[in-house]
Amino acid sequence: MSKSDSQMEHMETFHYDDEIVKRFTLVTLLWGLVAFLVGLYVALEMAFHQLNFGISFITFGRLRPLHTNAAIFAFAGNAIFAGIYYSAQRVLKTRMFSDKLSKFHFWGWQAIIVAAALTLPLGLTQGKEYAELEWPIDLMIAVVWVAFGINLIGTVIQRRVKHIYVAVWFYIATFVTVAILHVVNSVSIPVSLFKSYSAYAGVSDALVQWWYGHNAVAFFLTTPFLGLMYYFIPKAVNRPVYSYRLSVVHFWTLVFIYIWAGPHHLLNSAVPDWAQTVGMAFSVMLWIPSWGGMINGLLTIRGAWDKLRTDPVVKFLALALTFYGMSTFEGPLLSIKSVNELGHYTDWIIAHVHSGALGWNGFLSFGMIYFLVPVLWRTELYSKRLANLHFWTGTIGILLYVISMYTAGITQGMMWREVNAEGALAYPDFVQTVIRIVPLYAIRALGGAVYLGGFVVMIYNILKTIQLAPKAEKQETRDEFPRFVQKSFFSELSEAKSFSHRMLEGMPMILTVLAVVAISIGSVISLAPMVATNAMVQPNYDKELNRPYTPLQLAGRDIYVREGCYTCHSQMIRKTVGDVLRYGQESRIEDSMYDHPFQWGSRRIGPDLAREGKRYNHLWHYRHMKDPREVVAGSVMPTYPWLYKDKVDFGSLQKRISAMKTLGVPYSDEEVVNAETNARSEAEAILKDLSADGVTHAKVEHEIIALIAYLQKLGQRGGQ
Amino acid sequence: MSIVYVLVPFALLMGFGFLWMFVASARSGQFEDLVTPAYRILMDETELKKEKKNEQV
Repeated sequence: MSKSDSQMEHMETFHYDDEIVKRFTLVTLLWGLVAFLVGLYVALEMAFHQLNFGISFITFGRLRPLHTNAAIFAFAGNAIFAGIYYSAQRVLKTRMFSDKLSKFHFWGWQAIIVAAALTLPLGLTQGKEYAELEWPIDLMIAVVWVAFGINLIGTVIQRRVKHIYVAVWFYIATFVTVAILHVVNSVSIPVSLFKSYSAYAGVSDALVQWWYGHNAVAFFLTTPFLGLMYYFIPKAVNRPVYSYRLSVVHFWTLVFIYIWAGPHHLLNSAVPDWAQTVGMAFSVMLWIPSWGGMINGLLTIRGAWDKLRTDPVVKFLALALTFYGMSTFEGPLLSIKSVNELGHYTDWIIAHVHSGALGWNGFLSFGMIYFLVPVLWRTELYSKRLANLHFWTGTIGILLYVISMYTAGITQGMMWREVNAEGALAYPDFVQTVIRIVPLYAIRALGGAVYLGGFVVMIYNILKTIQLAPKAEKQETRDEFPRFVQKSFFSELSEAKSFSHRMLEGMPMILTVLAVVAISIGSVISLAPMVATNAMVQPNYDKELNRPYTPLQLAGRDIYVREGCYTCHSQMIRKTVGDVLRYGQESRIEDSMYDHPFQWGSRRIGPDLAREGKRYNHLWHYRHMKDPREVVAGSVMPTYPWLYKDKVDFGSLQKRISAMKTLGVPYSDEEVVNAETNARSEAEAILKDLSADGVTHAKVEHEIIALIAYLQKLGQRGGQ
Repeated sequence: MSIVYVLVPFALLMGFGFLWMFVASARSGQFEDLVTPAYRILMDETELKKEKKNEQV
């Protein structure tokens, strides 16, 4: 009696904030639906190019960024937050640090998603993959992300358990790293409210972008989900993780190695070989921790394998881990230069990312939601049979997806490089290699539709579960746990142990985090201009030959970025036989030295455009953008009728050229002042050329004229 | 390419930052017990379990 009394004395009762978890869970379903629907639509557009109906907002180049952003930041993002808010409170035995911050985080994040959904179809983009959102939205992301971070770290500080469970380590790493990556990659110079130019150019921009891009995969789609995996798999099978020690080793090795792997997105490109090799070596090293974690997760199910047959939650989680294993095997494989030569720019990469996003992130989120909803709403799942149906449709859907895309990728990669006995390309017309894989695009769309169908079944099942849940009064989960005498993370390092623990010791952590963020922002702002200008200085290039874009060409380039041409066309001729035979001399650093942002691209659904200039005459381009099939039989490129109606804003060119000058592009003051006049006269020259070829309805202001000016400059040293 | 002068320090900052976090947490005894934490997370939600027990009674 006395013993239990004394225990009770130390016990503290507290409540978990379940409301925030419910909210994040529900929006995950909503945004997942949006992301998958848009994904299905863009997949159909590739199989049936007519589907853009000549409308700019729903053309592939604009919708594809919406699809990727929705899948990563809206679907996966909200799933992560739901899981983190649920599990962090429970493993740390405390309520979240601040309910207000939780709410701010939730609504702020949804506002960002809505802003993205509105701006991307309008063509408001920075033109950098997975970082397309324009600068005001980038600022919102930074603020909301820091709010999330303070909330998370605050929760860690006020925890009741001394030991920080491994999942929380993964969450902390997610917060810290994504904050730094986002800030560094988003540095840009605004020209207007919704137009900005990346502070970095060409190869610098490429390195920053893929340092960000790769780590977005690492720290947004991998570490948080691994944290969730280390919580929800043990919970689902009611067994401790197979080896807790291995999970800790998994975490630390992963965070040390991941940061260096970015350059594997730029293999065989103009990036110096040593940087490519560093990226390749670290990528190969990632095999070990990734597989260690995967095996650790799967073996956690030991002794409960029967649940794989009976429990949908365990089915989804185990399948997710299997996909984690497959895609982390494939990633390092593709990072080997010779394999990459075949796979890069092809649908192999599309298969790879979808086995990660749909297989790993998707199935893990589904398993987690099937686990969470009955717990949060205090009920049973409405239908296990429907959950099983979802499991099988999802599996079949993704298999159709990845198998068709592997086939398409390898087929196209082989066709690009195949040479005949004379040493000439076996398929000299790029479109031959596209026509071959279009049927596979239809199969891919089918796979996506099946996967989406399974997801719709899930939404029905979940909504039904919630609807049938007992209508209890709003109650939060109560828990009790003794207070652990708080020693901060850093108390071993700081000597001030003796006084005022609770208040003072919590502060250093928050201050450290804020300091890291502040220092990062400060150093980037101060370093960026220096870097931007320094990156230009290549002692051995011919300054006369590498002139920056004329104002009209720049206007055309802005249209190229707006339409997302980089989602299908690369501008990087690799140092490979196939590339050089097809497109000409390999790209060099100087070729893109004035490109803010760089447009090297990551996929070739159409041919590389690095040396496209002067390959065809103006008329060819004029007809091509109007209806690509007029000049290239079998082309899958959409039509761009609005370019023949919408007008270039000549008035803003001076501002744009001036912004470029600020970034270190060598324009003279005269060129800045005369930007508009120069642009008009250049446009008139092109128009004259077109009229001579019989084009009657074109006008100087039409966007197509500026776009032609830009395309004709590509790879043509010396401007016009 | 001079962007590496920014990227490498940032990557080092992150790498060493994590290293420092690791050393600091190891010193503060975070990893002394690598067995019970795995079991402890399974003992959540005492309230729910109690309720279920009561229902059974």
